[in-house]
Amino acid sequence: MEAAMGLMRRMPPKHSETALSALLSLMPDHSADLLSQVDQPLQVLYDVDCGREFILCEYNRDADSYRSPWSSKYYPPLEDGTQPSSQLRKLEVDANEIFAVYRDQYYEGGISSVYIWEDDNEGFVACFLIKKDGSKTGHGKRGCLEQGAWEAVHVVQVGPEEDGRAHYCLTSTIMLSLTTDNESSGTFGLSGSIRRQMNMALSVAEGHMCNMGRMIEEMESKLRNSLDQVYFGKTREMVCTLRPPAEITQMRMLPKS
Amino acid sequence: MAEDDEESAAGGGQFPELSYPQKKEIAKWFLLNSPCGEIQYVAKEVRSVLQCDRAYDDAADEALPIYNKSQMISLEMPGGTGDVLVTNFGEIRENEYLDPRTAQVAVVDHVNQVCTEVRPAADEELPSPYVEEYRDSLDVEVLKYVNEFYRKGVCSVYGAQGKHVGGPGLDFELVVAISAARNSPQNFCNGSWRSVWDLEFREDLQVINLKGKMQVSAHYFEEGNVQLDSEHECKDVTRIQSPEDSALSIAAIIRHHESKYLASLEASYSTLPDTTFKELRRKLPVTRTLFPWHNALQFNLTKDMEKELGIRR
Repeated sequence: MEAAMGLMRRMPPKHSETALSALLSLMPDHSADLLSQVDQPLQVLYDVDCGREFILCEYNRDADSYRSPWSSKYYPPLEDGTQPSSQLRKLEVDANEIFAVYRDQYYEGGISSVYIWEDDNEGFVACFLIKKDGSKTGHGKRGCLEQGAWEAVHVVQVGPEEDGRAHYCLTSTIMLSLTTDNESSGTFGLSGSIRRQMNMALSVAEGHMCNMGRMIEEMESKLRNSLDQVYFGKTREMVCTLRPPAEITQMRMLPKS
Repeated sequence: MAEDDEESAAGGGQFPELSYPQKKEIAKWFLLNSPCGEIQYVAKEVRSVLQCDRAYDDAADEALPIYNKSQMISLEMPGGTGDVLVTNFGEIRENEYLDPRTAQVAVVDHVNQVCTEVRPAADEELPSPYVEEYRDSLDVEVLKYVNEFYRKGVCSVYGAQGKHVGGPGLDFELVVAISAARNSPQNFCNGSWRSVWDLEFREDLQVINLKGKMQVSAHYFEEGNVQLDSEHECKDVTRIQSPEDSALSIAAIIRHHESKYLASLEASYSTLPDTTFKELRRKLPVTRTLFPWHNALQFNLTKDMEKELGIRR
């Protein structure tokens, strides 16, 4: 397993799907571990009843069907597919509406889905998903990306309420790739994935959705920032190490002349 | 093939053991997709997940030569005669690579990425004295450029098509290969710059056509996995002059285009935060304030009402 995770950390993120299916066929006994630890590109289905797209993941799957968060129906149709309790379903309906507004404000497009289900220890788990195609043929507002994909998976484990407070454990994964292509600079592509965790104990006075939402918002901003500043920054530093920009080269040459 | 994989992934149960050719192909795929400077780590991991040394060894024998050439790795030659580049242009046999500067042929162990011995090149492996004059002059100039502009670059100038022509009046080609790699696994960061310049000497038109291809990649993987992958091609042309003058003008053209490319990479990075990356996700919402989670539903309700009113109107 360690070697498999090592490989996933080295293979180009844009090939993660191929890498994962290769590992699954090599290590069938570890398929459950692999599927839970490796994030794969998110797939989308269309909910005919509600006229909206929804995102597929392990959390809304039952057999080979996936439950839409909009109509709560399974696609393809499945009789006796698992359903959340009516109380959680109500929270799920609200969460989907709110999260769609949040998504629109930060992403200017894209698709989102939220799934909520019972936990073994009296709490519940919520999974918030976002998928955005930012390319100029997709939802890119500025038309500067030849290819661009952002996928976010946020899983929040919410503990049982005690004295008006609950414990929240958020695990977030971002996968992204972007490519620009123009005559003067050729193709420029960055792709990557990172995963982080955040734990908080919060008062439930304003409701679970507020708490989960704020944690997700904070986490997404942190991850976006560290991708931009740290991760992209490190690759930029590397380029400048390989072939330092002219100003630096000249400074380096000065003492000799 | 891909469909089969997906089915088996979803099924999660009975699998037939993969056949030897399937295992070998999977191993080759991982090896060939290794980021620069990481193939030895990937090799260890692949061997461990494969559980079949024969399939691994055969995969490595096939994949490593391809990988080493496409990455244009440089290997130290025994006897302190410098580094040899492993490239398609210097390939004599699968394990023999010409180092044109020292007129030596390096024997290469691809799997272990070492040069085991060198032998003097045979006459037919080298360019004619006429072409060599151009090649050698250019090598001097390119080497000067690479030493000045790259932190740790290795370069070679090869005689290519027509390298045996005996004198003026006949076409020939030279190839410039530049490779700079930096591996710092302790900092979770590796990268490489590769550029290849095809130079076509057209005696009838008295011009040299230049065709360049530059590739830059970088990998940063501390608690994550982020890779840069960029590529650019360009063309230029200059007049054929004496070997020394041709060399000067070719080296100047290469320097110009490579500096320009570096600047365009810098520009791509600097437009990331506010335009390119914004296409995926904005730093702040369109409202420029944090999302109002506490009254989001009301917010949404207003929106819905507006929408409905809009429809009614």
